Amino acid sequence: MSHVVRRTATLLVSVVVASFVVFAFLAVLPGNAAEVALGTNATPAAVARLSREFGTDRPLLVQYADWAQGLLHGDFGTSYVTHEAIGPRIANRFAVTVWLVAGGMLVALLLALPAGVLAAAWHRTGRGALLSGLSQVGIAVPAFLAGILLVYAFAVRVGALPAGGYTPLAEDPQDWARHLVLPWLSLGLVQGAVLTRYVRSALLSVQRQDFMRTARAKGVRRWAALCRHGLPNAAIPVVTVLGLQLSNLLVGAIVVERVFVIPGLGDLLLRGVQDRDLLLVQGVVVVLVVAVLVVNLVTDLLYRVLDPRLRSR
Amino acid sequence: MPPRRIPALTLSAALVTVTLAGCGSGADRHSTDALTVGLVAEPATLDFSTTDGAAIPQALLGNVYEGLVRIDQQGRIQPGLAKSYDRSADGRTYTFHLRNNVKFTNGKAFTADDAVFSINRVRTVWKLKIAQQMDDVRSATKVDADTVKVTLKRPSNNWLYSMTTRIGAMYSRDGVSDLKEHPVGTGPFEVESWQRGDSLVLKRNTGYWGARPALDTVTLKYFKDSGALNNAMLAGDINVLGAVQAPETLSLFKDKSRFQVIDGSSTSEVVLSMNNSRKPFQDKRVRQAVRYAIDHEALLKTTRAGRGTLIGSQESPSDPWYAGASNRYPYDPAKAKRLLKEAGAEGTSIRMRIPNLPYAVSAAQVVQDQLAQVGLKVRIEPLEFPARWLSEVFDKADYDMSIIAHAEPRDQWIFADPHYYFRYDNPAYARLLQKADAGSPQEASADYRRALKLLSQDAAADWLYLVPNLMVADKSLRGLPVNQVGEGLEFAGVRWSGK
Repeated sequence: MSHVVRRTATLLVSVVVASFVVFAFLAVLPGNAAEVALGTNATPAAVARLSREFGTDRPLLVQYADWAQGLLHGDFGTSYVTHEAIGPRIANRFAVTVWLVAGGMLVALLLALPAGVLAAAWHRTGRGALLSGLSQVGIAVPAFLAGILLVYAFAVRVGALPAGGYTPLAEDPQDWARHLVLPWLSLGLVQGAVLTRYVRSALLSVQRQDFMRTARAKGVRRWAALCRHGLPNAAIPVVTVLGLQLSNLLVGAIVVERVFVIPGLGDLLLRGVQDRDLLLVQGVVVVLVVAVLVVNLVTDLLYRVLDPRLRSR
Repeated sequence: MPPRRIPALTLSAALVTVTLAGCGSGADRHSTDALTVGLVAEPATLDFSTTDGAAIPQALLGNVYEGLVRIDQQGRIQPGLAKSYDRSADGRTYTFHLRNNVKFTNGKAFTADDAVFSINRVRTVWKLKIAQQMDDVRSATKVDADTVKVTLKRPSNNWLYSMTTRIGAMYSRDGVSDLKEHPVGTGPFEVESWQRGDSLVLKRNTGYWGARPALDTVTLKYFKDSGALNNAMLAGDINVLGAVQAPETLSLFKDKSRFQVIDGSSTSEVVLSMNNSRKPFQDKRVRQAVRYAIDHEALLKTTRAGRGTLIGSQESPSDPWYAGASNRYPYDPAKAKRLLKEAGAEGTSIRMRIPNLPYAVSAAQVVQDQLAQVGLKVRIEPLEFPARWLSEVFDKADYDMSIIAHAEPRDQWIFADPHYYFRYDNPAYARLLQKADAGSPQEASADYRRALKLLSQDAAADWLYLVPNLMVADKSLRGLPVNQVGEGLEFAGVRWSGK
């Protein structure tokens, strides 16, 4: 119980610190929302009037307190530039990013588990070296480059898939999937390559354990031993990496969203910074911070599920 | 009207189709009544009366909204929702005779009351500086249901012109409650849906008063990344690439059996500004030296693959008073050096603070190089655009030199305002513009020509080039506007051929 309390407290403090840092940082950046909204049609009087309307002429701490108070009531505020409620807008975008990240992670897992097991089983053979080499290449390729190459191959040359864009799932599930296949692959291939290395090395170190030798001595075949006894014991380091990767993916999705023109959270964040739309940026940051911390929390809880020795702590 | 978030590259043509071959597939994935256009800058809202940005009028003006008058491809003012208009002899009174078969998309008829409402609304509701053009209006009154009389405080040709821009858009008295999301106009199209961050869908207005548009739907898709935009065109996801960002990428689209390249003129002048209130540019000789020191042809070749028009003053080919090459300065580095020596400005260090936009960065490097050859040391500082550049260069004029495209049509006035970031203060120029504005339309052209010549001789700035209106379109599309003349990218005349 005290563990949960401690984790929740960490989460709250992290949100407050992160949001305040972002708030302060954006406030000292040159340029403000009123100037951007008025563009080259700005006059000093118009900028002052609009700043008053936005409330950005107030002291920083007052603005922050105002925003934080709204957030406590579940209100993310209203965008300076588009005058929309920010909460629903973030929710929409978050749903898109979650699909993107979840699919990418799934691709990574489907790729990394078999590849990692094979690479471990073929340890010190030519085939194993080949798999290791391939995964090394995968790690070296950044997701956006993978994206560009995939678009060129499958959208431009073959013409089988769209080069970018997004259709909401509720609108047309098939079209939704068609638009997401390439982004999933470009996120998943790279992360899968990373994960493959961890699965392989975790399995290799498990293989040297006594219980594996015992299992083999009792007549369990090599493959069966690897899958039944090896994998569960290799799970903890793999889950740790998985948690880190998931957090990375959430942030890394920003770039992939840009390459594939997907209206996700990253796109919203970039636009918010560009427009100096303070409250919008704040909202997105809070959501990202919470998401990352929740992922960490779940990873932590998973350890306890996977390893009975941790439960007593 | 001033620079813009991104050069409002819009349309153009001249069907300069290029060579052959290349990779295929994906084409012909269209139906004959739908069009998808890929663009770069996305509207922040759909209300151009309260939000700036070229993207909003680009999407809506001439498609969703119409004015009493409109501008044609040659830059001439033509009847719009007014079937004709009279200008009084003293130039102070315009009487508009409205069409009587026009309906808004909310079902209401367009009447003189709506016209009066829309004209007055600019002065009360609009927040942007362009709305000041309506300050010349003394009164707008309804004569009868189909006639509106507008009296100006002083004669103004510009006022009539401004009525062809977004500030002349006609609104329904009952249709302005939710303009940010649901615009109501009289145009050939109406907004069907808007997915922020992705696309804006226009559908044909079935009650349109004019010729029936060939297209049922037009989807404007917005791409933040020009690579993604090119790929979408190659993959056949879009039928028109509305703004070619870098002309060197045109080689991607050389397959004549699929694509046509449209290359027309725009109203977007790429201006090399010099802060006229600061040393060394307070001295006219230094400014002139800069103009002589730059090899504009080489610059255009290096940075825009030679596409674009060389200009010498704040003007574009669609202006009735366009003087062509006569305002340009020849490339003469020896003369530049002489002028700098006379002014005692050799070896001066200059801070060039530019927006971090690709065209500005590439032009800045060439300018830096060429000015170094005549002994000026230029330090380039790219600033984040829009926020930081607007704040420091545009609003506070904290710069020596800068480069940005001034996209708005007929924006000669920006040099007449001494507080504008050029800090160019020449009452003679301002007087000439005033005279041109007040005179008869015939005299106006001559006066504008004189004013622009003065601007060029004074070297108030240097004009690097006029941005080409460069598009790539599916080969079987017809009727795309070749030149970007006004603010709107109009689709009423676009159709698929032979399908």
